[in-house]
Amino acid sequence: MPGTRRKTTAVALAAAASSIALLATACTGSNDAGATDDPKAKTTLTFWHGWSAPSEVEAIAENIKSFEAKHPNITVNVVKGITDDKLNQALRTGGSNAPDVVSSFTTDNVGRFCASKALADLKPFLDASGIDPEKTFLPQMAKYTQHDGTRCTVPLLGDAYGLYYNKDAFEEAGITAPPKTLSEFDAVVKKLTKTKGDGFERLGFMPLFVGYETTVEHYGAGFGVTYLGPDGKSNTAQDPAVKALFTWQKKLVDELGGFQKLNKFRTALGDEWGPKHPFHTGQVAMQLDGEWRGKMASDAKLPFEIGAAPFPVPDAQAADYGKGYLSGTILGIAGTSEKKNAAWELVKYLSTDTDAVVSFANAIHNVPSTVEALNSPKLSDDPLYRTFVDIAQHPKSTHAPSSVNGGAFLLTLQDSGLAHEKGAEKDLDALLRKNDEQVDKDNEQAG
Amino acid sequence: MTTAQVSSGQTPSGRLSPGPRAKRTGGARRAERTRRALRTLGFLSPWLVGFSVFFAYPLISTVYFSFMKYDGFTAPTWVGLRNWVYVLQDSPFFWPSLRNMLWLVLVMVTCRVVFGLGIGLLITKVKAGAGLFRTLFYLPYLAPPVAATMAFVFLLNPGTGPVNTILGALGLPEPDWFSSASWSKPSLTLLALWCIGDLMVIFMASLLDVPKEQYEAAELDGAGPWQRFRYVTLPNISPIVLFAVITGVIATMQYYTEPLVAAKVASGVIGGSGQTFEPGYPDKSTLTVPHVIYNLGFQRFDTGAACVVAIVLFVLAMIFTGFLMRRRSGFMAAED
Repeated sequence: MPGTRRKTTAVALAAAASSIALLATACTGSNDAGATDDPKAKTTLTFWHGWSAPSEVEAIAENIKSFEAKHPNITVNVVKGITDDKLNQALRTGGSNAPDVVSSFTTDNVGRFCASKALADLKPFLDASGIDPEKTFLPQMAKYTQHDGTRCTVPLLGDAYGLYYNKDAFEEAGITAPPKTLSEFDAVVKKLTKTKGDGFERLGFMPLFVGYETTVEHYGAGFGVTYLGPDGKSNTAQDPAVKALFTWQKKLVDELGGFQKLNKFRTALGDEWGPKHPFHTGQVAMQLDGEWRGKMASDAKLPFEIGAAPFPVPDAQAADYGKGYLSGTILGIAGTSEKKNAAWELVKYLSTDTDAVVSFANAIHNVPSTVEALNSPKLSDDPLYRTFVDIAQHPKSTHAPSSVNGGAFLLTLQDSGLAHEKGAEKDLDALLRKNDEQVDKDNEQAG
Repeated sequence: MTTAQVSSGQTPSGRLSPGPRAKRTGGARRAERTRRALRTLGFLSPWLVGFSVFFAYPLISTVYFSFMKYDGFTAPTWVGLRNWVYVLQDSPFFWPSLRNMLWLVLVMVTCRVVFGLGIGLLITKVKAGAGLFRTLFYLPYLAPPVAATMAFVFLLNPGTGPVNTILGALGLPEPDWFSSASWSKPSLTLLALWCIGDLMVIFMASLLDVPKEQYEAAELDGAGPWQRFRYVTLPNISPIVLFAVITGVIATMQYYTEPLVAAKVASGVIGGSGQTFEPGYPDKSTLTVPHVIYNLGFQRFDTGAACVVAIVLFVLAMIFTGFLMRRRSGFMAAED
């Protein structure tokens, strides 16, 4: 059957070539760092953002409406629900439909965005507008929006991570206040946990690294993990905080019945962004989460009362109680945009106009990213929300450092954490040495 | 030697020389050949353009970029073999993805061909309700891959899935399916078997095409069911079996959606735009070569390293296909 043979060979060639073509077609596009457009000229900007919930989309639309009222020459074409994968491709290819202004929830990618010049350097724009980012934004947020001296993003609201707890479950277990240290926390977790057969009726806390927000970096802020040494090399094997974090987490996993038992319970729980989140359903009594969970919980009209507090710290760091992990939305101008001056007007308005920042923060329950907005009397006084505003302002709250390889070093450490929690790697020192080697190789390749 | 001989171009030594008449004929032939070649090229030009733009250029570019540091934003710079060394020696993803590919090619493709053929055989034997069975087995193939995968992750959920509930009730072991590195690929294989409709239809058509006289002759010779299958059915449908194997191998080498969705859903990292997800959960057991290409090229902005993986995939696809085609040639020759 020579016909079939030729056909099959052609199919094989086409099949193998398709993956290659996929790459080659992405290898176009260029960067124009210059900004020559007139910001007062009539123009249309395209703004991509990641929010997708109706209330969030409505809130950002309100902000855009206010911006357009103040800048009648600029019309903004808003595209919602954009993920970083879509963003990456659009930033590479450019074109008439590509975004001029982009936002991303993945702060870990700032290093990659700045190093590759995917996003334009904002320093000339900030200087021209007389904005000092170090004084305008919260110090940690000002820090995580730049990489190696290049500021290619600014913060647009922030996220702070803390502990949510089920007040009814606390009362039932005779617990009067949220734990402040990890030894107190471990005791509370066990008190709140109710077993049922070979599973759980209620788990005090789900400590596994996989799923939800219990990632290494979210825990890491409490421990003071540094990730990278002064020479820029991975130092997880040298940093005692990493070992302390992994040891504590594994001990809690084991005390609650081990990885298998917890993971089986986890797979039966609802997803993080749905109404069946295990904290909403009462299947877990405490949750490490961001400030948005308070709004999601109140929207879900839970049949029990909830409270929020900073996540407990290691006993030796009790004096630093109140700190937490910080993250948030970042805002930048596409390197390929030909309307950078007009785009800057939008970026400036969204990120630094106090009324715009406060109204948006109140609407979507995120932490304001500017100092002025944090002190604004118009900011919501909801006590749950205020807990996270306080965590955001704690001087020892941190974010993971930026890296030329984006958040790859965090994902590698997360993989190490997964191997450790399930007992696949028993020698923690060797595991962390291996982790450092891999991160350094990856960074060298990306550099 | 006659005048006629000399005038025809033959030299006194007996060798032919191009005389004036012969020169004219040769020139006309060359012109005709050129015209034919141009005509052929004219007819072939759409294909040639397509081949150049969608195959030759990407292939050459891929080889070129495999020696470059290129992030898609800044100009590429020469790095020699650095990308090759990184992928083949230092990447934590490449070898696991290759091992997974080999497993899936050997196990999943074999299971699909055997199961597809088995179902095809059964349905062609069924007298009553054949249409209903054909529909039942074909319908899952129409399900979008993402929906089918999510349904399977739900069905095989270790904690609440109906499959484990039934297994538990029967006192049988309850695997962790997509949450276990040992069970994730068998789970994907089960999903592939559920979506067997395409192969079943192809096998059914080929089975119905086997001449009945050959079965009758075999029966007269006293052949049993197995002998009839071995000596009548199989030789008749062998081109289709090989087609199924080759297309199955190629599709498996490009396997992307199902393992990615299964890993995302099983790991719980499914909805947050701010969450970065690297495929392969659990323990890189569902990582495929296209995942690595995507991750390197489009998430890590490392086009050079991604090109290396793409070239390896291309070469492997060629080797697998070439090997299978050679086997096919031998098989068909023996049959002839």
